[in-house]
Amino acid sequence: MLKDRLGIEPFSPSLHSAPKKGAAPQNRASNGLDQFFAGLQDQQGLSILDFSGASQANISFITSMGHRIYSNDALRTMEEAFGGDGDFIANQSDPERASRFLRENLEFAERSFDGALIWDTLQFLAPPLLQDTVDRLYRILRPGSALLAFFHADEKAQSAPLYTYRIVESKIMSLTPRHQVRPVQYFNNRSLEKLFQNFSSVKFFLTRDHLREVIVRR
Amino acid sequence: MWNKRKEEEYPPKAPATPAAQTSPNKENPSMSTNPAPSHHPTESRGPAVIGKSVMIKGQIFSREDLTIDGEIDGSVELHEHRLTVGPNGKLQAGVKAREVVVLGTIHGNVEASDKIDIRKDAKLVGDIKTARIVIEDGAYFKGSIDIARPEAPRVAAAPAKPQLTGATAASTASSAAPAPAEVR
Repeated sequence: MLKDRLGIEPFSPSLHSAPKKGAAPQNRASNGLDQFFAGLQDQQGLSILDFSGASQANISFITSMGHRIYSNDALRTMEEAFGGDGDFIANQSDPERASRFLRENLEFAERSFDGALIWDTLQFLAPPLLQDTVDRLYRILRPGSALLAFFHADEKAQSAPLYTYRIVESKIMSLTPRHQVRPVQYFNNRSLEKLFQNFSSVKFFLTRDHLREVIVRR
Repeated sequence: MWNKRKEEEYPPKAPATPAAQTSPNKENPSMSTNPAPSHHPTESRGPAVIGKSVMIKGQIFSREDLTIDGEIDGSVELHEHRLTVGPNGKLQAGVKAREVVVLGTIHGNVEASDKIDIRKDAKLVGDIKTARIVIEDGAYFKGSIDIARPEAPRVAAAPAKPQLTGATAASTASSAAPAPAEVR
């Protein structure tokens, strides 16, 4: 089994549950978020995809800029598609489940969005579903638009914190810890460049809390 | 139910209250003091309610506030009123209302001219178009949100004063209010 081969712990069954009790949100500056919103300035009526799940903070921030937001809780749909029976990571190889995940998260016409906030969703997808997802994101984004994704960068860590991400300002986000999980794989700059090879540019920001923020241009 | 003939014989009477009790009507001493049923949909008597055991397939139009705690498959329109989807309410329907409060489930697009309020444990899957939105933590929403704020009423521009020719200006000035002093 993949789990035995890679020594990956069983996936947490409740990714989308509420933040753990007592967990306080932490505000911190984000260069990636700043770059993302800098590209939307002086424009109105754009469409932004947000994978963090609907929240008052994100909805209010993006709509107050005059844009439309499409919200979906991708981690929740991931758990619904791959959780339950069997191993979470192995289930991603099931064509029916993978197809359901793509259908529920990324079934949009080509060039539907002017920006995508993917947060840390991608680090919980195993190949080949990961590449299929990135290819879909490429197709549904308009040329010139930006995608923001986070990847945990500390390869020595046994697990990585899973956060709920909320936008506070264009340069500041709020992170509320939920669980500790082990990402499917760790990425370095080279592997991320390969993952986003169809995009026109890839830019990295490494933060103090071992989070690699990646801004990708379609 | 009162019909027209009975209304003429027994004109409807306001319900008696302890502080405002009137003296008995001498002409009709046996007249009931129960309030006559009202035919005005706008009179305040709480929202109309579709209970949780009710299932409707079709279109619902309402000219008053409506609470739905049952199942609806179709569409719901209350253009100037509030729709409340109760905790047991399940709508597989497009919705148009002035205000929408969701405690249950909606699968369908929602247009709320004023506000939509999605409470904790509610579920809404569909596209939203509204002027304001409130979504509590714990609510599930999947779809797009378009905020369409009503335009501020424009102040009508004062009509531009017509340009007067020299002769016309002189004759008008003599009869009009004193003009400000000309600055040279």
